[in-house]
Parts: sequence; C-alpha cells; structure tokens
Amino acid sequence: MAYTEQEILSGLAEIVAEETGLPADAVQLDKSFTDDLDIDSLSMMTIVTLAEEKFDVRIPDDEVKNLATVGDAVTFIAGSQA
Amino acid sequence: MSHPTDVVVTGLGATTPLGGDVRSTWAAALAGESGARRFENDWVEKHGLPVEFAAMLKVKAEDVLTRPELKRMDPSAQYAIIAAREAWADAGSPEVDGDRLGTVVSSGIGGIITTLDSWDTMHEKGARRVLPMTVPMLMPNSPVAYVSLEFGARAGAHALVSACASGAEAIGYAVDMIRAGRADIVIAGGSEATIHPMPIGAFAASRTLSLRNDDPEHASRPYDVDRDGFVIGEGSGIVVLESAEHAAARGARVYARIAGLGLSADGYHITSPEPSGDGQIRAMRSALKDSGIAAEEIVHVNAHATSTVVGDLIEARSIRGVLGDDADHVALSATKSMTGHLLGGAGALETIFTVLALHDRLAPPTINVETPDPELVLDLVRDTPRALPGGEIAAINNSFGFGGHNVALVVTSV
Repeated sequence: MAYTEQEILSGLAEIVAEETGLPADAVQLDKSFTDDLDIDSLSMMTIVTLAEEKFDVRIPDDEVKNLATVGDAVTFIAGSQA
Repeated sequence: MSHPTDVVVTGLGATTPLGGDVRSTWAAALAGESGARRFENDWVEKHGLPVEFAAMLKVKAEDVLTRPELKRMDPSAQYAIIAAREAWADAGSPEVDGDRLGTVVSSGIGGIITTLDSWDTMHEKGARRVLPMTVPMLMPNSPVAYVSLEFGARAGAHALVSACASGAEAIGYAVDMIRAGRADIVIAGGSEATIHPMPIGAFAASRTLSLRNDDPEHASRPYDVDRDGFVIGEGSGIVVLESAEHAAARGARVYARIAGLGLSADGYHITSPEPSGDGQIRAMRSALKDSGIAAEEIVHVNAHATSTVVGDLIEARSIRGVLGDDADHVALSATKSMTGHLLGGAGALETIFTVLALHDRLAPPTINVETPDPELVLDLVRDTPRALPGGEIAAINNSFGFGGHNVALVVTSV
C-alpha cells in the first residue's frame, strides 16, 4: 500500500524531529535540510536510513545530494514506492 | 616529592546506582544503601543467564537527556555527559580558554551496547539498516569525544583503557596534563554501560560475578567470609581538576588535592592479580612517594575490593604491606558493597568518594559484612560512616583491572 505525500511528510517529520530535536511541525516541504534544519551529512544519512525502512523504499547514495528540501525527499519517496 | 603545580578538585559529577547526582549518591552511600536490583526483563529465561541482578542506574538517562542525545550517544557516553555537566556546573562553569581545557574520560569496555544492538539490526534487517552513527557511538573514545565537544575542550581528549582501573587512570593522566602545563583545567573520569545479557553472561562465564540471586542487595560483600564475586554496575563519575593557581585566581571552591599517583603493571596473568600483591604495593608506594606523604599520614583507604574471593584477599595483604602496623587504624571502606562494580567508572566514582570523605571528614561504610574474613585484618568501616580526624589528612584510592593494571591515587584535604 502506497503512502500519500501527506503521510510521507508527517512520517519524515517524525524521523527528523527524533534526530534533531526540532519540533515536527518545523519540518515543512519548503525547508532545506542543511540551511533551515541544520542537518549535517551524517544526520542526513541517518534520516535516509530510517526513511528507507519506514517507507520501504531505496534511496541510493547518489540521489541523496539531490534532496535539498523536505519536499524533494517527499517527492522522491512517493515516486519510489512500488 | 613536591610538584611545582598542585592539582586540586573543584567540581564533582556522577550518575550511579545510588543516585542521579553526587549529592544523592553520597547521601545513599553514607546511609549504607545498596544499588543492586533484580532484572525486570526476560533475560534470565531467554538467555539462561546465571546472574539475575545488577546495580543499575537509579535515574535513567532517558529521564535526563533529550531524544536526539539519546539516539546519538551510546549509554556509556550518555552517562559521561550527565556526570560531566554536573561536575562542570559544580565547578562554577569556569571561564577558560578552550585550548587550556583538557578531557580524559575512560570506559573499560566501550560502546558494547551499540555494538551488540547494531549486530542485531544487521542480522535481522541487513547491512543497509545499520545506522551511520554506529561507529562514532561504539568507539571507546566516544564518551571523551562528546565531553570534549560539549565544553569546547581542545587541550587534548584522551581515553585511557585499563579495564576496571580506567577511571582512576584517567584522573591520574589528567593530573599529569596539568603538572606538565598542557592544561589549566581537565574534566576527567570514567563511565561504563554494560547492563546487557552478553557482557553479563561473559563476566559470569569468567566466574567473577556473585550468584546470590535470592538476595541481590546483600550480594556485594567485600571482606565478608561468604563473598562470592562482584555485582556488575553501571554509571559514571567525573571530576573537574584544576591547577591550584588557576583555582585560586578565580576563587573556586576546592574540595581536595590529588597529591600523588602511582601506576604499575603485574605482568603476571590476564585476570588474576599477582598473588604476592607486588604490583599493587608498587602502585601505592609510588603514589605516596609522588605525593610526598608518609604512609603514617594516611587515615583512610577506599579499597578496590570488588567482593571476589581472591582479589579482596590480595589487596588486603598489599595494603598491610604498604601501611604496616598503621593499617590497624586506617579507616578502610569498600564502597562497591553499595554501588556494585562500575568497571571503567569505578575508579572515578571512588575518587569522588575519597575526595568527599576528606572534605566531609567522614569515611563511608562497607555494608554486608556479616562475618569478616579472618584473613583480612584491617580496620574496616562497617555499616555506618566513621568520623575522620581534623587537620591535614590524606587517603589512598586503589583501582585495579583485568590485565594486571594497578592505579593508586593519594588524595589530601585542603
């Protein structure tokens, strides 16, 4: 069963909040992982690992650098679902 | 020997099986409480664990740290950070150039819970599910690295590993850093988190743990004739050490002085202490020589005394060997009877106890000694604290570890 973009956003927000301590509602589609959420590369890889498991998708390492904003990640995950 | 640089203790921090901070831990120790408790999980049934109890933290790290902190740090680093924050605040959060601030925090075993949990994850879900933070969490220098980061300490961050002597050796190394002029302040101590069925099963396999499953609170009984092994504990003790000059310049409160350190190795056996106590004696004598304190000036010893049959006996003879007839009236405390054995955290926590004993003029008790071993002819402080004399007084804290590591620290009142 595929997740809706809204479900992916809220699931991703939960992961980011756990990792960074930011409130989940600070994780919005237009936020940049690095500039707005202050997430370093190690934290980003943690978020990717947890998101892969949660949404049962594969996010290749080459793709991670293209995920600048939360919206980019939601779109990629939504499009990767089987 | 006199040193141009006196090293003093200006801050204390701890999280232990007796309390979530130094004040509650010390109060519980003076009251003779035991931190040992039965496991409230399925480890015994599931893994056939022969030991059904341990001395677990009184205040869980989950109740103190934030979610991101808990996820980023192995429990060994979590405990160190909790204790270091308390010690730093206790020292008055000194203004200091980060280049002159050092850190030495040891763990005897390292991030073993992270190691084992990550292996479980790999087994169950494959390598791609292993989290990127796994290596920085499991490395044995992780606790000191986090303490260094937290306080911007850039004079050096060191993690000396010598099993159950690690926490005391860390403090000794910190003293050396200050004496050598490499730092004005050093945050130093030890931390350990091994309450997991694998390390407990492994210690049980080495036949070093008490199996007094029907009575956990009375299991750790150093010097009692019926002692049958140590009680595994967890937690951290951290001190803030400072050159006396630096402490005086900022008007810091000084608890005590670390006047001398002595180190030796048995070079004898991987787990058993050398039977004559030669290595332990050399460590204590070196510490006394380093401090310029004569054996007859020692009024208190915080013994390593883990409650093993052979270990307690050898240490008792070593103390007698160093102090001679003076041992008849030296208040001897075995605080592992209450805290359990914090492994790499033990030497640091017991340094804190030694510092407070001199500061408060009160030697903490040794509990659970129903019948003192007749071979251990020492002046044991039993059940209730004992007043120590006024004036300038000195004490020894012993810490020994698997591998034949011997560390003795001489602490003096101020």
